[in-house]
Amino acid sequence: MDKKQIRQQVLAELKRIAPEVEESELDDAKLLRDQIDLDSMDWLNFLVALHERTGKEIPESDYAKLATLSQIVDYLA
Amino acid sequence: MIEFKLPSLGADMEEGKLLEWKVKPGDAVKRGQVIAVVDTSKAAVEVEVWNDGVVSELLTKPGETVPVGTVMARLNGAAAPAAAAAAAAVTAPRRRISPAARKHAEEHGVELDRVQGTGPGGAVTLQDVEHAWAAKEERKQARKEETKEERKEERKEDKGLEMRRAIAAAMSRSKREIPHYYLSQTVPMLRATEWLAAENAKRPITGRLLMAVLQLKAVALALGGFPDLNGFYRDAAHAPSAAVHAGVAISLRQGGLVAPAIHDVAELTLDELMKALADLVRRARAGSLRSSEMSDPTITVTNLGEGGVESVFPIIYPPQVAIVGFGTLAPRPWVTHDGGLQVMPTVVASVGADHRVSDGHRGALFLAELARRLQEPEKL
Repeated sequence: MDKKQIRQQVLAELKRIAPEVEESELDDAKLLRDQIDLDSMDWLNFLVALHERTGKEIPESDYAKLATLSQIVDYLA
Repeated sequence: MIEFKLPSLGADMEEGKLLEWKVKPGDAVKRGQVIAVVDTSKAAVEVEVWNDGVVSELLTKPGETVPVGTVMARLNGAAAPAAAAAAAAVTAPRRRISPAARKHAEEHGVELDRVQGTGPGGAVTLQDVEHAWAAKEERKQARKEETKEERKEERKEDKGLEMRRAIAAAMSRSKREIPHYYLSQTVPMLRATEWLAAENAKRPITGRLLMAVLQLKAVALALGGFPDLNGFYRDAAHAPSAAVHAGVAISLRQGGLVAPAIHDVAELTLDELMKALADLVRRARAGSLRSSEMSDPTITVTNLGEGGVESVFPIIYPPQVAIVGFGTLAPRPWVTHDGGLQVMPTVVASVGADHRVSDGHRGALFLAELARRLQEPEKL
């Protein structure tokens, strides 16, 4: 799967959790949680969904590497 | 004869609209069974029945809006199974329904009572059910087509407005009737964060715990010694509750909030509590809660730390007598026992409590006990 496809999947899961998200308003390089209202339960659900799609385990100690959309895509690629 | 009345599903509820009956006359019901779905200003709530019995009469029709306390149905009281069957037979004369028809009806949600039987002796055949189902689908489709989008928009707005009014009513009552006092305490969270990080490192992502779960459990355990902070204020007196049913404040994406209960929090393991919380948040956001969850909270816990606020000055949800708040968990300067300075993860825990029931001294002891419980995360 290339990065473009991964990005689409990540966006699809984000929208499922936060339906108000507009793709055109998202900046891939800015902190995700500054742009979208995600609480810790939303965040965990989001990561579980990505885990189920990709099989990646995503330990808690890696959360700091997942601050922006482009970081998340790189991490999953 | 037992009367099934529309329960009050929170201090702010005055009426409800029946969406659906889950039972029909003649059905035996068990205590705790969901028998109706009622739309309130906050959510579609699955309403449970509080007696065993047999449904004899449904008085409210789906679509009707009735005030709290309205008798919606009548039940014949708990009877032996045989007697229950007999009662059912009396109220609903037995019809002949072919097994295939019954199965098809069950699968497609067709109410057999409304199906005209055309078989021998008025028996209901598979074909009858199929016709009834097709007709129902057609009606459904027709209704849907009818300005589908318009209705959706209107409903959303109505819902938002209704919820705002409901919150306004409950909070106005709280501020008018309840003499609040507020206390807060900064709680060191080094042990809790380290314990949680180590625990989550051992777990697969699907089994991880949130700090909110530790906080909820600590509140429930600490409340064990503080009945004056847990329960309801009714008829000018406090009725303490032995169990802790913690209402969890959940903000909704479209605006507004609900605070449904997780039952018996002190009795749940952290894993059970995590599951219950995840399930509750999911259902609250989908607008599908149970009546007991809406009416049972004996205290509310609100976690506003997610947005970064330092502390909360929480307002009691009547008829409860206290509410606990948590601010954001963040590293802050901390003076150690020997006068040294260190960076410590801390959280500001606060309580808003009813001065008619308890005094600040009790609230302070409660916060100290809560802080102590959070220093022993392995015992939560």
